[in-house]
Amino acid sequence: MGDFLYLYRGGQRNPSPEQSQQIMQKWLAWMKELTVSGNLKDPGQPLELEGKVVTGKGGTVTDGPFAEAKDLVGGFTLVVADDLAHAAKLAGGCPILEVGGSVEVRPVMKMDM
Amino acid sequence: MELSDHLFRREAGRMVATLTRAFGIHNLALAEDVVQDAFCRALEVWKLRGIPENPSAWLMKTAKNRAIDVLRRERTALTFAPDLGRLLQTEWTLANAVEEIFDPIGIEDDQLRMMFSCCHPRLSAPAQVMLVLQLVGGFGAREVASAFVSSPAAVEKRLSRSKKMLAESGVLFDIADAADFALRLPVVQRALYLIFSEGYHGASAHAVVRTDLCRESIRLTRLLAEHPLGAVPSTLALCALMYLDAARLPARLDAWGDLSSLFDQDRSRWDRTMIEQGRAWLERSATGTELSRYHVEAAIAAVHAAAPRFEDTDWTAIVALYDTLMKIAPSPVVALNRAIAVAQLRGPQNGLEAIDAVNDRDRLARYPFYYAARGELELRCKNNAIAREHFETALALARNPVEQRFLKKRIDACAHATI
Repeated sequence: MGDFLYLYRGGQRNPSPEQSQQIMQKWLAWMKELTVSGNLKDPGQPLELEGKVVTGKGGTVTDGPFAEAKDLVGGFTLVVADDLAHAAKLAGGCPILEVGGSVEVRPVMKMDM
Repeated sequence: MELSDHLFRREAGRMVATLTRAFGIHNLALAEDVVQDAFCRALEVWKLRGIPENPSAWLMKTAKNRAIDVLRRERTALTFAPDLGRLLQTEWTLANAVEEIFDPIGIEDDQLRMMFSCCHPRLSAPAQVMLVLQLVGGFGAREVASAFVSSPAAVEKRLSRSKKMLAESGVLFDIADAADFALRLPVVQRALYLIFSEGYHGASAHAVVRTDLCRESIRLTRLLAEHPLGAVPSTLALCALMYLDAARLPARLDAWGDLSSLFDQDRSRWDRTMIEQGRAWLERSATGTELSRYHVEAAIAAVHAAAPRFEDTDWTAIVALYDTLMKIAPSPVVALNRAIAVAQLRGPQNGLEAIDAVNDRDRLARYPFYYAARGELELRCKNNAIAREHFETALALARNPVEQRFLKKRIDACAHATI
């Protein structure tokens, strides 16, 4: 058992209201599924697509990240799963996959103490 | 929190209408952008955090904040509707003015204003209908295309041309002007009627699309019927017609998803509540001296609704109503329907003669149910070979798989009946 972070990228650009409705319904269903199965630890937060990047010793602030919208992380969720394979399998149900997006699954490092 | 049906679509229509009043019709594209933006934000947040307590208020508030941002940023670059422009120009009055614009009491009027603006006389009827569906109904180009069995790209192109024309016209329709209102009203009624017909008789193979169109046209017609200037007898009759016809929708497709004609519909699947509502509207519409085509068509639907079985239909009344309809709103389709009613009352041979007497019959040349009607009557006259030819012509013109299956069954019937 361990915690895993889902990082969402991409998705549908400018959906119509009815498409939004359908996307929303699928997300509601998926989140409910994760909650019922006890795998949802924290639904997480969406992220703005703008931001700043701070680099170097001097703390230089630049606008960015300048990745394309489809490569930007748009939000995250924390789940509990048996192992990485299980977490990845659960992510397979994410509605973002149907509209060209992706889910990056990262194990949260364990403190073995 | 559950997501209510068509929440996004409904709110899109309301929000575009409100923002267009705020920004002026010439800034229609900007209003649409702000709405799109509010929706994208809603989607991102709700996906993870769930639907808020009051989603409509949430969306409106988000759009309002975006509107204030845009107004702040662009007020020097943009020009606004003259009465509002002044208030929006200074920071002192801007927030208050925006609050007032978003006052929910004005939202019905906003939608009506938009509906009337979309029915601009310089636009063709189909263009008006598409605009109403998109700007008031919140339908995306893809959904409009699906309703009219057209390509999304073609619809997109047509919509953007119409919107450009609308934006260039410079002013939103003034619904407070009683004389202008009365002049534009028939055009608006026709657009709503066309949306309904597209749902009820249209070419789309998807039952969902059809139900959506019927439901949306009913919602918009009710909006019109609730406005003091819109609540004229013809609008009430249009409402009646929509309810009475839509009540039969659940029975139009049978258990196998196949088209079912009025002859053999399972009448227990008709929506009794809608029939009652339709009758109530029809009663309310029976005032004044004006007899509109909607009155007559609603009356025809009411006669059908009153018959527990097909055999019980009062065809004398229906033929008489079609005779009236031919006087006030003659068209080849009305004449064809009259001929079918004549066949019920006086036999198939008389029906065929009535079809032969239809003026402008060539305008029905691409309409599959013209040939299907001929086929049906020939079949009843035991002219199976001729009937079959008509059904085959109809099949070649069929607009979707549902119609194709229906017509194939009729072709089969021609073969069986000969044995």
